Amino acid sequence: MFDRRLLIHFDWPLLLLVIAVALIGIVNLYGATASWSSMNLPVYLKQAWWLGGGILLALAVSLFDYRHLQHFGFILYGLNLLLLLGVLLFGKTSMGATRWLDLGVFNLQPSEIMKIVIIIALACYFARQDTLAGYDFKGLVVPFVLFGLPALLIMRQPDLGTALIVIFIGLTMVLFAGIHRATLVGLSALGISAIAGGWFLLHDYQKQRILSFLNPESDPLGAGYHIIQSKIAIGSGGFFGKGFMKGSQSQLAFLPERHTDFAFSVFAEEWGFCGSLLLLTLYLLIVIWGIYVARNAADLFGTFLAFGVSALLFWHIIINLGMVIGLLPVVGVPLPLFSYGGTSMITSMLGAGLLLNVSMRRFTF
Amino acid sequence: MALNTGWSGSPALKKRFVFSSLTALTIFALLLLRLWYLQIIRSDDYRLLSERNRTRFVTIAAPRGPIVDRSGHVLVDNRPAFRIAALRQEVTDPETMLARLAEILDLEPELLEARWAAGRQLPRYRPVPLADDVSREAMEKVMERSFELPGVLTEIRPIRFYPHRESAAHLLGYLGEITEEELRSPAYRNYQGGDFIGKNGLEKVMEAYLNGIPGEHRVEVDVLGKKLRILKTREPLSGQRLTLTIDRDLQLATEAAFGDQAGAAVAIDVRTGEVLALVSMPNYDPSLFARGISGREWLDLLQNPLNPLQNRALTGQYAPGSIFKIVTALAALEFDPSLNNFHTNNTGQFVLGNQTFRDSTAVGRTISGLREALQRSSNIWFYEVSLKIGIDRIATMARRLGLGTPTGIGLAGERAGLIPDSQWKRRRFNDRWYQGETVIASIGQGYILTTPLQLANLMATVANGGTVLRPYLIKEIDNMRGQIEKIPPPQPLQQAHLNPAQLELVRQGLKAVVNERGGTAFSSRLDELSYAGKTGTAQVVAQAQRRRADQVVPYRLRDHALFGAFAPSVNPEIAVAVVVEHGGSGGAAAAPIARAMFESYFKLREPVADEDTQRN
Repeated sequence: MFDRRLLIHFDWPLLLLVIAVALIGIVNLYGATASWSSMNLPVYLKQAWWLGGGILLALAVSLFDYRHLQHFGFILYGLNLLLLLGVLLFGKTSMGATRWLDLGVFNLQPSEIMKIVIIIALACYFARQDTLAGYDFKGLVVPFVLFGLPALLIMRQPDLGTALIVIFIGLTMVLFAGIHRATLVGLSALGISAIAGGWFLLHDYQKQRILSFLNPESDPLGAGYHIIQSKIAIGSGGFFGKGFMKGSQSQLAFLPERHTDFAFSVFAEEWGFCGSLLLLTLYLLIVIWGIYVARNAADLFGTFLAFGVSALLFWHIIINLGMVIGLLPVVGVPLPLFSYGGTSMITSMLGAGLLLNVSMRRFTF
Repeated sequence: MALNTGWSGSPALKKRFVFSSLTALTIFALLLLRLWYLQIIRSDDYRLLSERNRTRFVTIAAPRGPIVDRSGHVLVDNRPAFRIAALRQEVTDPETMLARLAEILDLEPELLEARWAAGRQLPRYRPVPLADDVSREAMEKVMERSFELPGVLTEIRPIRFYPHRESAAHLLGYLGEITEEELRSPAYRNYQGGDFIGKNGLEKVMEAYLNGIPGEHRVEVDVLGKKLRILKTREPLSGQRLTLTIDRDLQLATEAAFGDQAGAAVAIDVRTGEVLALVSMPNYDPSLFARGISGREWLDLLQNPLNPLQNRALTGQYAPGSIFKIVTALAALEFDPSLNNFHTNNTGQFVLGNQTFRDSTAVGRTISGLREALQRSSNIWFYEVSLKIGIDRIATMARRLGLGTPTGIGLAGERAGLIPDSQWKRRRFNDRWYQGETVIASIGQGYILTTPLQLANLMATVANGGTVLRPYLIKEIDNMRGQIEKIPPPQPLQQAHLNPAQLELVRQGLKAVVNERGGTAFSSRLDELSYAGKTGTAQVVAQAQRRRADQVVPYRLRDHALFGAFAPSVNPEIAVAVVVEHGGSGGAAAAPIARAMFESYFKLREPVADEDTQRN
C-alpha cells in the first residue's frame, strides 16, 4: 500500500538541488562541445537523456522502503564482488584498463555499482552492530575487509580513482561509526606505513601522475599538461569569467577531457569566480543536506545509508575539483552530475534516490 | 521536527553530524580559497598564459624584390606557386603519406623523403615543405584525397619567375634552400630553416636588398596548432627592386647570336662602366632551382662537360690571343714612337735561336707599319717589335690597362687573370724569362690569361681615351616605398695615362681591322656603322701538336675564337668582348657575335623575338 505520508514528506529541495546542478552541467556541456562535429547525438543531448533516465531511476529507487535493503545488503555485496572478479577474468579491455563486462546489450561497469553497494553493505554491518560507543580493532576487521576487498580488485583493473573512492567511502563511514581512541591512533600509524608501501604497488603511469602533480611544469607537454592547461583555464576566467562559449582554453581545445573530468575548468573559465562560487555552494548544500537526511533518518541503517551517499558525493566532488584546480593529482574521477557520462550520472542518481528514500521515510517506523 | 529522538538524539552521534558538516564546510572553503587564488589573485598571469597559449606567430614570406633591366623590362619577378607541405605533429604515418604523395605528384619518393627528413629542424608548428610549384591539378588531387593524407596541407607562396627563362642566368643567379652551415653564419642571422636565399650571382650578392622583411600573422590556433583565425597581421615588406645597367634586348640578342656555342660575351658602356650585357653560354634554367631542384637535374648540370653552371664572363680565364696586340702596340709606341712605321717582311716563319715561330697570316707580304700589323694581325711584326721593348714594358702596359687584376664588378668568383713578367717567372718557376716567351706573350699566348670581362673593359679603356672603368651592374635600387636610390657610376679604377696621339694610331689600326679589305674582321663589317675591333685566336694546345692541313680537329683541341671591339669608331659608346670556346678563328666565329650585339644596341635590326616571355 502506498503511504500518503511519503508524498507529503518527499524531499523536493534535494531533488531540485540535484537537478539544478545537472542542468548547469548540461548547459556547460553544450558550450564545451559546440565546436565538435555532430556525429549521432550531440553530447549535451545525450547527457540530458541520461539525466531524464536518472531522475526516473532516483524516483523508482525512492519508492520501495530502503529498510528492505538491510535483508539482502550482503547478498548484493557478494554478487557485486563476483562481478568484479568476473571483470578481471573475462572483462572487456579498453584504453589499457579492464573495467567492463560485455553483456551484449550494454557494457556493465561493476566497480561503479560497487560504490553504492559498499555503502549498503557497510550500513548493514554498522546498523546491525548498533554500537555507538566506538569500535575496536576486532570490530573493524569486517568493515575493512568489506571495502578493502573490492578496492583491491578495482585497483587491479587498474582504476585507481574508483578504488580510492571506495576506500574513502569506507573510511569515512568507519570514522562516522566511531573508533576507540587507542584504535584510531594505531590505525593511523598503520595507514601511513601502508601508503608508503603502496607506492611500490602503483603502476608507472600512476606514479607519473602523482609526480607530475607535485611538479607539473617539469613535463609541460606530457603528464603535467592537463593540470597546467586546467589551471590556465580556471585562472584566466577571473572574477566574472570570459562569458558563455567564449573561453579560449576550452573552445580551442587546449583543455583535455573538457566534457568529462575537466568540465569544471570549462565552467570556471567561462563563468569566473562567480560561477565557481555558485556551483560549489550548490554542491555543499547537497552534501550538507545528505548529512541532514542522515541525522533525521528513522533508523540507524538509514543514517548510515544517507551518510554513506553523502560521503560518496563529497569525495567525488573533492577529488575532481581538487584535481582540476591543481591541489590533487590527476586521477580519473568525474564531477558527479556535472561531467558527461552515463555511468557517473546513474551512480549519482542512484545515490540521490537512496537519499530521497531515506528522507521521505524519516517519520515512518 | 526531531520527534524521533530515540537514537539520533544521542550526544555522541550529534557531535559526529556537526563534525562532519563542519569538515565538509571547511574543505569546500579550502577549495573556494584556492579558486579565489587562481581566479582573482593570479588571474592576470593566467590570462596572459591563455593568450600566449592560443596565439602563434606565423611568418609571411616577403615577396622577393624583382630585378629589371635598364629600361624597366622584367628579368626576374615572382609568381604564386602551390606548395605541398606537411605538419609533423599531425602526420601519424610518414611513410604512407610520402608514398601516396609521391604517387599523386609523380615525384621521386627519395626527393620527398629527403625534404621530410630535412624538416626535422623546423619548429613543430611550421609545416615541412615537401614539393614546390606543383601544378593546379596535382594540388587539387592532394586536396581531394586529404582525408587519407592527414597533416598534409597546401600553401600558396611566391616563387621566382623568369620571363626570359635561361637568359642572364649566371648574372641573376639562382635561389636555394638555406643550408645548416649558412644558418649558423651571422650574415643569415634573421633566417629560418626552409627559407630560400640567393646562392649565386646578383641574387646572392644583393640578398640583403632583395629579401625584404617577412611579415607575420598572429594566428589563433587550437591545441593541434591548427589555424583558426588571424588575430593580427603585420604585412611583409617586399624586397627592393633592382634596376640593372643591363640592356635586355642586347642580352637576348647576344645569347641568340651564340646559338649552341659555348663561350662568353660582355658589353660595357665606355663612358660610365655600365655593363650592358653579361653573357655566359651555355646557360641553365634558374626556375629549376626556384621550385627546388631534383637530384637528377642537379647531377645533369654538374656532369655536363660544357659546365653550364660556370659564369665564364668573369671566371673563365682565356689567353687573349691577338687582342693582346693592342697592349703590345701601346707599349711599343710609348717605348719608341718611331716603331709606328716599323716594317718587316712576313716570310711565314720567325726564327729565334733554335725556335721557329710560324705565322700563316699575310705570308709573303711586307707589313708597312703598326696600322697594317693590327689590320692583318701580323704575328711576325709583333714578334720583332716585342724583342725590342721586352716583356716587362709589355706587362706594365697591360697592368696599366687594368689586366691582371679583377675589375671589381661585385659578383662572387671573379678571376684576376694573369700578366706574367720576368719577376713573376722567377717567383713562380725560379727561372729567368726567355725571349721566346716574350715573342709569344706579345701576341697574347703563353702564360697570359684574361677574363672576357677584362677584355671588354680593355676595349672600353681604349675607346674612352685611357680611363680604366670599374664595370657595374646596378643602376637603381627602389625600396618600393617611394624611395629610389640612383647608383652613380663608381670611381674609375685608374688612369692608363696614354698618349692621345699614340692611342689614336692604335684605334686607326682597330678601325682598319673591321672596315678595310684585308682586315681580319672585314667580313663582319656593318654598312650603317663604323666600328673598331681586334680579332684573337687563342691556341688551346701547343703549336707542335697542331693540325696538319686537312685534318678535322676534335672539338676539345680547336682554338678559342675571340673578338674585342668598340662602336662607333668615333665617339664610341659601347665596348664588347666575345669569346667562343673552340670556335676556331676570332674573325670567323667571334666577330659576327659582336656585330650582332652592335646591331641590337644601335637598333639596326629588329630585336630578337622572344617566344618565351610568357609562361603563366
